Amino acid sequence: MKPSRSAFLSWIYDPKIRGIIAQVVTLVVLGLLVGWLAHNAVTNLAARGIASGFDFLNDPAGFGILQTLIPYTESDTYARVFVIGLLNTLLVSALGIVAATILGFIMGVARLSKNALVSALATVYIETFRNIPPLLQIFFWYFAVLQAMPSPRQSLGWFDAVFLNIRGLYLPRPIPTEAVTAFVVAVVLAFALWWVIARWAKRRQDETGQPFPVFWTGLGLVVLLPYLASLVFGSPFTWELPQLRGFNFVGGWVMIPELVALWVALSIYTSAFIAEIVRAGILAVPHGQTEAAMALGLTPQQRLRLVILPQAMRVIIPPLTSQYLNLTKNSSLAAAIGYPDLVGLFAGTVLNQTGQAIETIAMAMAVYLTISIMISLFMNWYNKRMALVER
Amino acid sequence: MTHETASSLQPPKVIFSPIGWMREHLFSSVWNSILTLITLYILWLLVPPVIEWAFLKASWVGTSRDDCTPGGACWVFIAQRWSQFMYGFYPEALRWRVDLAGILAVLWGGPLLFQRFPWKKLFGFSFLIGYPLIAWWLLYGGDLFGMTTVPTDQWGGLMLTLVIAAVGIAGAMPLGILFALGRRSELPVIKAVSIAFIEFWRGVPLISVLFMSSVMLPLFLPEGMNFDKLVRALIAVVLFQAAYIAEVVRGGLQAIPKGQYEAAQALGLNYWQMMGLIILPQALKLVIPGIVNTFIALFKDTSLVIIIGLSDFFMIIHRATVDPAWLGFATEGYVFAAAVYWIFCFGMSRYSIALEKRLNTDHRR
Amino acid sequence: MKQKTLLAAVGAALTVAAVAPAQAGETMDAIKARGEIRCGVSDGLPGFSYTDEKGVVRGIDADFCRALAAAVFGDANKVKFTPLTAKERFTALQSGEIDVLSRNTTWTMSRDTGMGMVFPAAVVYYDGQGFLVNKKLGVKSAKELDGATVCIQAGTTTELNLADYFRANKMKYTPITYDKSDESAKGLEAGRCDVLTSDQSQLYAQRIKMANPDQYVVLPEVISKEPLGPVVRPGDHEWFSTVRWTHYAMLIAEELGVTAKNVDEMKQSSNPEVRRLLGVDADFGKAIGLPRDWAYQVIKQVGNYGESFERNVGKGSPLKIERGLNALWTQGGLQYAPPIR
Repeated sequence: MKPSRSAFLSWIYDPKIRGIIAQVVTLVVLGLLVGWLAHNAVTNLAARGIASGFDFLNDPAGFGILQTLIPYTESDTYARVFVIGLLNTLLVSALGIVAATILGFIMGVARLSKNALVSALATVYIETFRNIPPLLQIFFWYFAVLQAMPSPRQSLGWFDAVFLNIRGLYLPRPIPTEAVTAFVVAVVLAFALWWVIARWAKRRQDETGQPFPVFWTGLGLVVLLPYLASLVFGSPFTWELPQLRGFNFVGGWVMIPELVALWVALSIYTSAFIAEIVRAGILAVPHGQTEAAMALGLTPQQRLRLVILPQAMRVIIPPLTSQYLNLTKNSSLAAAIGYPDLVGLFAGTVLNQTGQAIETIAMAMAVYLTISIMISLFMNWYNKRMALVER
Repeated sequence: MTHETASSLQPPKVIFSPIGWMREHLFSSVWNSILTLITLYILWLLVPPVIEWAFLKASWVGTSRDDCTPGGACWVFIAQRWSQFMYGFYPEALRWRVDLAGILAVLWGGPLLFQRFPWKKLFGFSFLIGYPLIAWWLLYGGDLFGMTTVPTDQWGGLMLTLVIAAVGIAGAMPLGILFALGRRSELPVIKAVSIAFIEFWRGVPLISVLFMSSVMLPLFLPEGMNFDKLVRALIAVVLFQAAYIAEVVRGGLQAIPKGQYEAAQALGLNYWQMMGLIILPQALKLVIPGIVNTFIALFKDTSLVIIIGLSDFFMIIHRATVDPAWLGFATEGYVFAAAVYWIFCFGMSRYSIALEKRLNTDHRR
Repeated sequence: MKQKTLLAAVGAALTVAAVAPAQAGETMDAIKARGEIRCGVSDGLPGFSYTDEKGVVRGIDADFCRALAAAVFGDANKVKFTPLTAKERFTALQSGEIDVLSRNTTWTMSRDTGMGMVFPAAVVYYDGQGFLVNKKLGVKSAKELDGATVCIQAGTTTELNLADYFRANKMKYTPITYDKSDESAKGLEAGRCDVLTSDQSQLYAQRIKMANPDQYVVLPEVISKEPLGPVVRPGDHEWFSTVRWTHYAMLIAEELGVTAKNVDEMKQSSNPEVRRLLGVDADFGKAIGLPRDWAYQVIKQVGNYGESFERNVGKGSPLKIERGLNALWTQGGLQYAPPIR
C-alpha cells in the first residue's frame, strides 16, 4: 500500500495536476453560477409574464427623438431607435475626442512652457478640471450655458446665416449642386498630389539632403484645386440658411445645447488627463535627444516634429487610447441632461416602453464592449508597430 | 605664450530681482511676451468677476433667501443646508455616531499615512480588521449592544459618498490583486476568466452597471432573496473598480524582473508564498501611485449613484437646488460640490506624488 | 476591510430584507415576514410623492402606501419608500425590488398585460395629459403649438401621446426628454423648451416648483386619458385584492362620511354599511389575510380618500387642484367603489 500512497501524494502535489484541478473547479463553479442566474431569470420572467426575446425590435417606437442623424419618424421601429442612439453616442464621442486631443496637447505643452505665467495657468486648468466629477461638470455647463443664452426671438446673429440662442447654434446647411462631383474630384486629386509630392520630397531629401516645403505646398494644393474647380464648374453647394419661423428657427444645421454642454464638459475633463499624458510623454524623451538634434542643426520646429514628438508619441499613445475609451463611456452620462445617446434613449426610453430590461441593457452593454475591444485591438496593433526595434 | 595660471573668474552673480525674473520667465522673446500678455488678459477677464461674485458681493449670514443680495453668491444656502449635505437624512440625534466613526478613522487609520509612525504594524492590522466592524456597528447599528438601527436609505450626503468610496477601494483591492494574478497565470482557464472579467468591467459604463444592480439584480435571484440597495450598489462599485485595480497591479507585476520569480522558485517557495512574500510586496510598492489614481477616479465616480437614486453628496445638493425655497442658487450648490470633490481629489493626488517620490527606490537609472 | 463589505451584506440581507422562502407569487407572505411594505414612489413630485426637508415622503401616492401598511400591519409607518425615476419604475417592480408601485402610473393595456405587472383597478387619480406654457409665449391653445420645442419626462405614456397628438393635428415638434421631472421643469424655466407636457396634475405640481409660478399657464386641452393608480406583480391574489380594496375602503369611507376624526364614534353607528366597512359586524378582511379592523386602521391613520386628496393636492395643499373627475360619483365625478358586503 505504501508505494501507491506516496504515488498518490506526489500526484496531489504535482503542480500540473493541481493546475488542472483548479481550472476544472473554476469552470464548474462559474458554470453553476451562470446557470443558476440564468435559471432564476428565466423562471422569474415566466412567473411574472414578462415578454422576452428580441421581437420588440420590429415594433414601432411611437415617440419623438430630439436629435436624429438619420431620417426618423414616430412610426419607425425600435431597431432604428437603437441605431439612432448609437450614432448619437458615436457623434459626441468623436467630437469630444478631437477637441480633447487638441486641448490636451495645447495644455500639456503649455504646462512645460518656459513662460511661468502660461505654465501656471495650464497647471491650474489641469488640476481644476481633472479633480471634479464629470457629471458635475456636465450639469454645470448645461445649466450655465442655458441660463446665459438668449431666447429664439432675441438670438445673436451673424450675417443672417449663423444664429445662437437657447435652442442651439444654427449654421447654414450646404446642399450639393451638380458641380459637387467636380469639387469632390478636385479635393481627392489635391490630396493625392500631396501624397505624391511628399514621397518625391522624401526620396530627394534622402538622396541629396535638400528639404522641400511639403506641408505648405500640399496645403496650397488643397485650397487651390477645389477653388479652381468651383470657378470652372460653378459653386458646389447652395446654402440653406436658418430662419425664424414661429417659435423656432427652421432649416440649416442645428447644434443642440445638450450636445454642446456634453461636448464641452467631456472635452475639458478628458483634456486635463491628456495634458498630463502629453507632458509625461515629452518628459520621457531624454534631453540628449534634443541636444543631438541641436547639434545636427535642426531648427526648433524640426526638433519637435522630427525628433521629440515621434519618440514621445510612443509613450503617449497607449494611455491616450484608454482616455478615448473613458470619454466614450463617460458620454453615457448624457442621459442626465436629455441628450438622446444610446444609454438614455435605448436603455432608457425603449426599456421603459417595452419593459424588456435584460435585452435592452444587454444590447447597450454589448455596444460599449465592442467599442472597447476595438480600441484595445487598435492599441495592440499600434504598440507592435511602434515598439522599439532593438538589436 | 604665457605659463601663468589665469586667475579664476568670479562665478556669475546670482541676484534675484523681480525684473530679472520677469525678463527671464515672462518676456524672454517676442513670442513669449505675446503669450504673457494674452494670458494676463484672460486672467483679467476671469478673475475679478469671480472674486467679486464669490467673495466681495457674496452673502454669508442669514436664514433664508431674503438675506441674500443679488449680484453675489448666496452662501447662506450652503450654510443652512450644511448638516443635510454632510449627513443626508441620518437621524439628527444619532449623528454623533457618524462623527465618532469619522474621528476614529482619522485617529486610527490616519497615522498609517505617515512613513515614520512607529507602531505601523499594530495600527495597520488592528485597523484593517477592527475598523470595518466598528464602523459598521456605529453607522448601521443593527440593534447590537444597544445601537439603534439606522437603515441605509437614511444615509446620505458626504458621509454616504465616503462610505461608498471606502468600501469600494477596500473591496476592490483584494479582488483586483486576485484578478491581476489570474491574468498572468499560466493556467489557460484561469487566465481566460480573468481577462474576460477585467475587459468586461472596463468596457461597460458604470451607470449601466449601477442600473443593473439597482433594479435588475433581483430578476437574477430567486424570488424573495434580496439585498439592501446600498449593498448592491457597493457590490457593483467593487466589481467595477476591481477590474481597474487589476490592470494597475498587472503593470506592477510585469515590472518585476524575471530573476525574482526564478530566485523565489529556487528557494522552493510555492506559488502563494512566492507571490505573497517576494513578488507582490515589490509590485504593489511600484503601483501605489496608480492605485491612488484609481481611487481618485472611484471617488469621482461615486457621484454616479445619483442615477440610481442614492442620496450621496452630489444628489443631496442637486436636490436642494430644486427646492422651491432656494430656487435659483444652483450655481452656488454646484460650486460648493465641485470645491469639496476638488479638495479630496487634489489632496489625494498630492499625497500620491509625495509617496511616489519617497518610495522611489529604483536602481535602474 | 473586505470583511466590512461581507458583513454589511450579510447584516443587511438578514435584517433589512429578510430572506423569504422562495415561492412564486407569495408577495403578501414576504411582506408579512419582512414586517414592512416596500413602496416605489416618485423622485420628487409635490402633491403625489416627494421627500420633504426632513426626509419624510409625502403626497397622495405616498399616503396610499401608508394606507396599505395600516391595512396589513395596523401601522401606517411600516413602509419603506424607494424613490424611482420614470425609467426605473417598471424594472424595479418586475424584479421584485418593490412590492407596489404607487407612482402616478398610467393604466394601459400593454402595461397591464405583457410587462409582468397588473393594475388592481384602483384609480387613485383620474388625469389627462396637458400642456404648461410660459404666458409670454402668447399661446392660448395647444393647436397653436406647431414647431414648438417640448420638454417631457423619459419613459412615460406622455411621450407616446405627444407624438400621436402632433401627428393627428399635422404639427411638428422637437422633444427634449429628461430623466427627472425636476429637470424638465428647469428646462421650461430656462426657456430651453416652449412647453412642458405631462399629466395635468403634474403640471400643477411642476408649476409651484417654479421661481415665478404666475408666469406659467396650463392650456385648456386635455389630449389623453390618464388613469393613475398603483401597480403590483401578478400572481398574488391576496396582495392584489389588498391594494384594490384599500383604495375602495377609502372611497366608501368618504361616501359614508367616515373620517379620521370621527371613525371611533362611527363604530357605534347603526348604519349597516358603516358597520361592515369598519369590521364591526362582519370580518371581510379574513379572506385575503387582513385583520378584522383593516379598514378602520386605514381611515384612522391615513383618512378617507377625500381627506388624503385635499391634504395633498387639493385645498389644503399649495397645488389647489379641484376635485373635478376625482369627485365621488355621487357628486358628478368618476370615483366609484363597489360595495363591501
